[in-house]
Amino acid sequence: MTAPIRVGIVCPYSWDVPGGVQQHAGDLAEALIAMGHQVSVLAPVGDGDHERPPYLVSAGRPVPVPYNGSVARISFGPRIAARVRRWITEGAFDILHIHEPAAPSVSLLACWAADGPIVATFHTSNPRSRAMAATSTALRAALEKINARVAVSEAARRTLVEHVGGDAVLIPNGVSVRRFAHAEPLPGWPGPGGSIGFLGRLDEPRKGLGVLLAAFARLAPQRPGLRLLVAGPGTADLSEVPERVRERVVLLGRLDDADKIRAYHSTDVFCAPNLGGESFGIVLTEAMSAGAAIVASDIPAFDAVLDGGRAGTLFRVGDPTHLAEQTAALLDDPQRRSRLSRAAHAAVSAYDWDTVAADIAHVYETVLTSTGYDRKGIAGVRLDNGPLSTTLLRRGERS
Amino acid sequence: MATVAATLLFLVLLGFYLSWRATRLDRLHHRVEIARAALDAALLRRAAAVLDLTASGALRPGEARALAEAANRARRAGDDERELAESALSAALREALEHTDTPSGPACAPRLDEVLVAARGVHLARVFHNDAVSDTRRARRSRLVRLLRPAGTAALPHYFEMDDRAPGTALPQGGTTAR
Repeated sequence: MTAPIRVGIVCPYSWDVPGGVQQHAGDLAEALIAMGHQVSVLAPVGDGDHERPPYLVSAGRPVPVPYNGSVARISFGPRIAARVRRWITEGAFDILHIHEPAAPSVSLLACWAADGPIVATFHTSNPRSRAMAATSTALRAALEKINARVAVSEAARRTLVEHVGGDAVLIPNGVSVRRFAHAEPLPGWPGPGGSIGFLGRLDEPRKGLGVLLAAFARLAPQRPGLRLLVAGPGTADLSEVPERVRERVVLLGRLDDADKIRAYHSTDVFCAPNLGGESFGIVLTEAMSAGAAIVASDIPAFDAVLDGGRAGTLFRVGDPTHLAEQTAALLDDPQRRSRLSRAAHAAVSAYDWDTVAADIAHVYETVLTSTGYDRKGIAGVRLDNGPLSTTLLRRGERS
Repeated sequence: MATVAATLLFLVLLGFYLSWRATRLDRLHHRVEIARAALDAALLRRAAAVLDLTASGALRPGEARALAEAANRARRAGDDERELAESALSAALREALEHTDTPSGPACAPRLDEVLVAARGVHLARVFHNDAVSDTRRARRSRLVRLLRPAGTAALPHYFEMDDRAPGTALPQGGTTAR
């Protein structure tokens, strides 16, 4: 059962930009490699001189495209399609694992190009994902090929069932708990006056930084030493914050991995004010692994991860007054903070990558045990040569 | 002349389209077949794991006997009673592993793990199977397919409906029989 499997993972979004799906693909690849499987990841890779892991194969340069409420950096087109086909041929995979196959990207191209055992993971949980609904008929032919569908959250599963039909098993995102558990705070943090933390894109409204800034504007005048640590790419709009407390909003910009882990250990209260569209909240599970005391918006995904409020405090989504109240209560109660911190660290073990990757390998085995692909000598994933008639035509040409 | 050419072109394109639809249907039927084989394998693995656990002496004798009986009934069940027998095994398994002291001990731990993993495998395989069935049934519903019958005489595949909730998992999680 535990024979090594050759897995080809397809990630639609640009590798050099941080994001939940990219992180998921990378962590999954590493966990699978640690289990003894062979993994190749195909993803768009931009120019930057970022460190490239050995399992990464570039699908070409990404282009920014608005998708699902944010800007996705993806690759698409005939030249990319040719690369995808080459990768599939050269990889000789037992199984393909395509992430977000409905996104117009290398993922969809791989779905079109491949024939054989295919697993797909759906991350999106936007209830009104227009891109998904508008094209679902055109997508159907590609999605029909998928042998096993996985959703990262109940919300993502519901989105899939409503827009595409069928069903999917639920396997949550993993988090590398060990990597986040221990780190020194950044120098000078959390500081005597207390501090609140935020991590995520600053200029993407649904990440909810605006709500947190409004709450901070309410809290800061009464708490002279209180600071707000803000880490993430993009430029923040600080116009809502009164000028005299603006200097206490500390913008750290985009952090490297090591500093990001230290940032989770640098604040008294960690805040996840997302407005929605979040299927799981990788930032939240990372903060939980670091044992942060968390205050998060009560969107369904966060409510589930925080165990209905037992592993972190919830506030009404988009309500800065409620957020300010909850944060103030936490700042004033160190005992409750350490209780929440312990509860968060305990609750996150269910999401540890070791557990999650074993479950995903189980999905691969379920698909492979009976495919008969290897038994009949037709090894694993092949190129899809299209309808029978065109195959016949091609045969005619050759003879 | 132009009409003839247009008609010919139309017929050729229609031919390609129909062949594409037929290929899709063929692939879907193949997908259902292999998903069904995976489900059979998962169910057999679970029954074998349960029998292995009951034979280990880790459970109380009465409980072990009831569980072994449920597993054997599931293994021997004919097509028409299989869903019920497998559901009964799921329920018996939860009864044995959730409501009494969970068996422990070094001899038992790997067997218990195998039962839990196998029970999870049944859920995975059943979701994938029913997903394939619903895709196929949807494709077969189309007017064109019903008119031209590119699926030939292949039988419409059936869902496999059973209670597949593994021991120790909460009800809403995993969407057991949600459909």
